[in-house]
Amino acid sequence: MIAKGTIGGRTGQWETVIGLEVHAQVISKAKLFSGAPTDFGAEPNTQVSPVDAAFPGMLPVINRSCVEQAVKTGLGLGAEIRLESVFDRKNYFYPDLPPGYQISQYQQPVVGRGCVVLDMPDGTAREIGITRLHLEQDAGKSLHDQHPNLTYVDLNRAGVALMEIVSEPDLRSAEESGVYLRKLRSILRYLGTCDGNMEEGSLRCDCNVSVRRPGEPYGTRCEIKNLNSIRYVMQAIEYEARRQIEIIEEGGTIAQQTRLFDVGRGITRPMRSKEEAHDYRYFPDPDLLPLVLDPEWVERLRAELPELPDAKKARFVSDYGLSADDAGVLVAEKETALFFERVAAGRDPKAAANWVMGNLFGALNRLGVGIDRSPVSAEGLGSLLDLIADGTISGRLAKDVFAEMVASGSNPAAIVEAKGLRQVTDEGAIAAVIDSVLAAQADKVAEYRAGRDKLYGFFVGQVMRATQGKANPTLVNEMLKKKLAAL
Amino acid sequence: MKDPSLLALTLAQARDGLARKSFSARELARAYNEAVSEIEPLNAYITPTPERALAMAEATDQRLARDEALPLDGIPIAVKDLYCTKGVLTTAASHILDGFHPPYESTVTDKLWQSGAVMLGKANLDEFAMGSSNTTSYYGPVENPWRHRPERQIGDNRPLVPGGSSGGSAAAVAARAALAATGTDTGGSIRQPASFCGIVGLKPTYGRCSRWGVVAYASSLDHPGPMTRTVRDAAILLRAMSGHDPRDSTSAPVAVPNFEAALTGDIRGLRIGIPREYRADGMSGEIETLWQQGVEWLRAAGAEPVDISLPMTKYALPTYYIIAPAEASSNLARYDGVRFGLRVEGNSLDEMYELTRAAGFGAEVRRRVLIGTYVLSAGYYDAYYLKAQRVRTLITRDFVTAFERVDCILAPTAPSAAFAIGEKTDDPIAMYLNDVFTVPPSLAGLPAISVPAGLSGDGLPLGLQIIGRAFDEETVLRAAEVLESAAQFRHLPSFVAGGGR
Repeated sequence: MIAKGTIGGRTGQWETVIGLEVHAQVISKAKLFSGAPTDFGAEPNTQVSPVDAAFPGMLPVINRSCVEQAVKTGLGLGAEIRLESVFDRKNYFYPDLPPGYQISQYQQPVVGRGCVVLDMPDGTAREIGITRLHLEQDAGKSLHDQHPNLTYVDLNRAGVALMEIVSEPDLRSAEESGVYLRKLRSILRYLGTCDGNMEEGSLRCDCNVSVRRPGEPYGTRCEIKNLNSIRYVMQAIEYEARRQIEIIEEGGTIAQQTRLFDVGRGITRPMRSKEEAHDYRYFPDPDLLPLVLDPEWVERLRAELPELPDAKKARFVSDYGLSADDAGVLVAEKETALFFERVAAGRDPKAAANWVMGNLFGALNRLGVGIDRSPVSAEGLGSLLDLIADGTISGRLAKDVFAEMVASGSNPAAIVEAKGLRQVTDEGAIAAVIDSVLAAQADKVAEYRAGRDKLYGFFVGQVMRATQGKANPTLVNEMLKKKLAAL
Repeated sequence: MKDPSLLALTLAQARDGLARKSFSARELARAYNEAVSEIEPLNAYITPTPERALAMAEATDQRLARDEALPLDGIPIAVKDLYCTKGVLTTAASHILDGFHPPYESTVTDKLWQSGAVMLGKANLDEFAMGSSNTTSYYGPVENPWRHRPERQIGDNRPLVPGGSSGGSAAAVAARAALAATGTDTGGSIRQPASFCGIVGLKPTYGRCSRWGVVAYASSLDHPGPMTRTVRDAAILLRAMSGHDPRDSTSAPVAVPNFEAALTGDIRGLRIGIPREYRADGMSGEIETLWQQGVEWLRAAGAEPVDISLPMTKYALPTYYIIAPAEASSNLARYDGVRFGLRVEGNSLDEMYELTRAAGFGAEVRRRVLIGTYVLSAGYYDAYYLKAQRVRTLITRDFVTAFERVDCILAPTAPSAAFAIGEKTDDPIAMYLNDVFTVPPSLAGLPAISVPAGLSGDGLPLGLQIIGRAFDEETVLRAAEVLESAAQFRHLPSFVAGGGR
């Protein structure tokens, strides 16, 4: 039997060991050390202060709100908040790094050890350790494709606050890495500290990948830099693990390297070797004092934390009686959870969950929009559920009403009225319909009485058709049974 | 209309003369503009700004006419060309900042202009403030106005250095081509040139004056401060330069006292520390004698000399010459030819960096960038930079311990008088040794002032230094003024604008 989470090679099973470094752009109006704005998609070099452009004599001043975001994130990851941390300079030359150094946190990050719990598709839970979270500046952007032999530099992003969130080498597969990233993104979005938008580059990932025989010490790792989608992360890890296994199985050794993922070819290729690695000459930035946090302020932030996915999921299971799977689906996105709770308020939570995950998700998928742009509001869906619950419409008709709501955006009561879809609960009217159906199908009635019980469904269908589906199915059932028995 | 007697006034006298309307700010500015031209042979200014001086003086005269005088209204000053001045060429005396006109004004100079001061121009300095002789400037060395030694042997008439790095500021003030000047002091760059040129130079407490807009050499050591003809003038100028600046994270949120009011002349009972470790081997007899004289002057005024020990002193220079280059190597990385200043094109990015920085930086800057890069590099960081930071802490602790027993410390400013241009340029170590007395309080961030106290055997000025507790510039200034009164230093350099009348 093949051990779980391993890859079969020519010579046996291999375990992949993965640690991720996620660079999450902090949601903040201004940059980490300058007052310049952080608007995405602005004209090149319009969001730049002399501090960002590293003009002579310019000095960094820490943006309090970025620190608050980092601390909130640390708290959300259940991590240690370090009341004193230090900003260091990471020195290297590049045109999109104006000062020739990045201000980062090296030995004393603002957030220490934490943990993320993953719910795996097979129902198991995995705890992934967080090593640290630190604040650092983003670099600008080098544009190599604007001119045949010149590089253009856009400094809009230079100095924007990033949180680097480093995991322990606890991940064991591409799949787990994907689940981890989705979970981390979900937590960041719940906290409102990063929008998690990978296409805009607000969440980027470096993967450290090595392989080993199960139970053996860690192998030599390679780092794959700057992946900007979960799919690429998973592809790159898959490829890289196979590449390393092949080399080792053929008697080679893994060289510690920094690699790039070639999206077009789906492979990783070397960027620089350990020998070519930069000597970043880290040292504490003398322009900045150590960052000292007031413990009471940290506790206030802790008290103000929103409910996070794990807690929300547990509550959905205990308070709404949902299954763990359903609760997990509903809490993955903060907006979905919020939508669900508004639908479920004062109603049958299971029905609410089924409608959100079934008809609503289906409609959103077809339209290709997120729940934030849903054509059906939570209130609208709630009213529809109310119409079902009070017997105004049947569950079957409700699907048609919902389709109309998606198409027109109207409220369900109006649709029911306009289309005359109100359920028939008048026993006299239903009795009349039953009588006429049975009269018209005398031969079938005879067969039924001769023992063909299956024909019962046929009679129900005929009654429903005669009422355009509006007859209350419960009443139809009760009355039809009585009538047939009395014949 | 030129009146050379205006050039002889102190800042305090000029301020009072303007207030009494004995002369106008324009007259004063014109006299100083001419003085700036007259001392051109000293090369003290990189960029004179005479039109700006006149325009600012004009504004002063209008305020004076309305009786709305500002604290420094009409006072013509030189600005060390390390301070960024909006729209005015700012060079740091380096080729690499060619053509750089900052789009902003440094906090300190902005405060000065808000106080009514008048800008005469940008003063020469050692390149990026790296030097003790003002010979490393891309714009050529500054000459000390005390260049004609009467006793000089025939054939030995080499001009003297003004000290550095604020050599242009010191020479301009000494030669009466500025009423006062801003300087910056990293390891002695205000106090040593003040001593060499016979003027007063004050390095305030680290954090007292904002570094925002001052081209960085070594961030944890760079101190903007005043250079003046008298202690009183230093007190007046410091007040205008000081204050918390939210744009500089290392600026201290402390109140700015009226330093001038601290000049009571009363130092009775003040305990003056005399550090035994400053009797360095090879200190010249005349420096030792002057120091002893200083002790006696203060004792005569009622102060109590106390022998103290600062045991870490001998490690101060090596510590400084690790930390300062380390910070400099990083601070100067931004001069890469990409966004401003000099660019020498190359066939690749790396080549552009190399050619630009090779052409743009002088030998001393390159030396310190190399040293700094080395001490921060992997495998050497712990042995050099980290250890230096620990020693720095111990040096600071020495002072803290000493200040439990004394109120301030008296020491020589420099181990010698001004030397000749070219004399120590082949031997960087000898040059670095010039900072032996100024570096310890720099590392500790303490206020320290140099006051002209006497002449060397060669007839050159010598300064004494008073070091105080952090943010206790008031005691430093009070003791310095008593020293100044006792020393009665009335000597003038041989080359003075307006002929020294």
